[in-house]
Amino acid sequence: MSLNLKTIADLRDGFRAGEFSAREIAESFNAAVEAGRALNAYTVETPEAALAAANAADEARQAGDLRPLSGIPLGIKDLFATEGVDSTSGSNILKGFKPPYESTVSGKLKAAGAGMLGKLNMDEFAMGSSNETSAYGPVISPWKRNDGGNAALTPGGSSGGSAAAVAAGMAPGVTGTDTGGSIRQPAAFTGITGIKPTYGRCSRWGIVAFASSLDQAGPMARTVRDCAILLENMCGFDPKDATSLDLPVPQWEAGLSSDLKGKRVGIPREYRIEGVPEEINALWDRGIEWLKDAGAEIVQISLPHTKYALPTYYIIAPAEASSNLARYDGVRYGLRETGVKTLDDMYAATRAAGFGAEVKRRIMIGTYVLSAGYYDAYFTKAQKMRTLIKRDFAEAFRDCDLILTPTAPSAAFGLSEKMSDPLAMYLNDVFAVPASLAGLPAMSVPGGLDSQGLPLGLHLIGKELDEQGVLNAGLAIEERAGFTARAEKWW
Amino acid sequence: MSVNADQVRHVAKLARIAMSDAEVEAMVPEFNNILGWVEQLGEVDTDGVEPLTAVIDNHLRLRDDVVNDGNIRSDILKNAPDAQHGFFAVPKVIE
Repeated sequence: MSLNLKTIADLRDGFRAGEFSAREIAESFNAAVEAGRALNAYTVETPEAALAAANAADEARQAGDLRPLSGIPLGIKDLFATEGVDSTSGSNILKGFKPPYESTVSGKLKAAGAGMLGKLNMDEFAMGSSNETSAYGPVISPWKRNDGGNAALTPGGSSGGSAAAVAAGMAPGVTGTDTGGSIRQPAAFTGITGIKPTYGRCSRWGIVAFASSLDQAGPMARTVRDCAILLENMCGFDPKDATSLDLPVPQWEAGLSSDLKGKRVGIPREYRIEGVPEEINALWDRGIEWLKDAGAEIVQISLPHTKYALPTYYIIAPAEASSNLARYDGVRYGLRETGVKTLDDMYAATRAAGFGAEVKRRIMIGTYVLSAGYYDAYFTKAQKMRTLIKRDFAEAFRDCDLILTPTAPSAAFGLSEKMSDPLAMYLNDVFAVPASLAGLPAMSVPGGLDSQGLPLGLHLIGKELDEQGVLNAGLAIEERAGFTARAEKWW
Repeated sequence: MSVNADQVRHVAKLARIAMSDAEVEAMVPEFNNILGWVEQLGEVDTDGVEPLTAVIDNHLRLRDDVVNDGNIRSDILKNAPDAQHGFFAVPKVIE
């Protein structure tokens, strides 16, 4: 197997055993990144950074001074500030922005020995579910339907470049961020694994803010074990983030076990929704059987406010976005439109030129729901709904340890199929958003292929801080699903 | 509740996003679609429910009131579209 198709665990162990050098690993991935440009997954390639980290890893191996991710090159979502390397959040308004600092999460990965292959394409400011709102253009999924057609499919979003890079062997693992499904839905669409930890596990410092009460970083990779390895090296207390949790980071990889005896898995009846393809529900049923086979007991649960999660999210997330994105004013960094007379006109012209249509739409909605006279009717109402949604989970978790659902209500769709209808696009995240609103750890694991030959994911939601439970159930599914399908290389 | 073009124009002004009349007109139905959809929340009785403020219980920390960085003016100005004499420069505000 060529190096760029190996898992992080195999690369790490093979490198340590002397089967290959870190330099060989980096060269293999640098070549795959270059050969995969047709997918538009990377916005910036940094092959020299990958090689420099590899050389350091090879020296560290000589010196017997290995770190947890020595020899592993990673892709970094463009939302993360990376020192001296363009960090634009997929937006024209940040074109050319080179931060003089490094985000806490990417800094921790580098301190653990990882190299950087480049920055990964994404929906503009992570607002989107198809990667089509990016100022760099859409990412093309490596997957094609098996209908003989050649339709370009979305890898999902907002972490679309991240997902496509892993699925195409252009990175063994990547960072993603998840505000309302942006790690899990693209992972499901591309047949890879991704986990969003409990809100507060990963520092948000240096991650471009979208909706601060929801944003969480997390890893995406080929396997559950690889996600555990990366997550351990991304989490941890950071005094620079006021919502960072001051807790030790568990050893999730060492704690992996697919024996689910004594675990109760809840199946929420409200997640069987109308209009979802039968194949999605059939996969869900297989997932239930796999978890039973691993020793878990299945219990039916109710999350009564599920149908209100999406509309709640589409008040809260735009409201927070409208506040966070007020900083893009053309004064301190990024784009500035000149040729206008007043400061106010400069703000308005800069933001009109720099933001794309979906970002403007969300800023507008957010501004409206926070404005005088509407604040209570929309924003306060949504915050009350969020209390009820969180309470639903708390009550369900009295009867179960984990929750199993599908990740997304469909397989990957074609580019431009949903761009004209914002509400249809928002519905992609119907299963992902409730866990985001409740701050809970949640993961997508590949479960199988649909009749068109496209990957489908299963979604596990855990109690707060129980990433281990989520990872273990994910491992149980992974072992039983036997998902080895790969997109046939056409790029 | 639904909005008309004047209200959308007002929101655009609050949000500091310049919009042509055509853009405003195009946004009115999109805006109303989304608002109409979120109004289903009105079906739920939330009287007496506390709005959520922190999704995971956490206490706000105080740090010591000391300078812990500084002397990085050139870093701060590095990405400015227009920096002059060590300051961010903007169009003239006072005539």
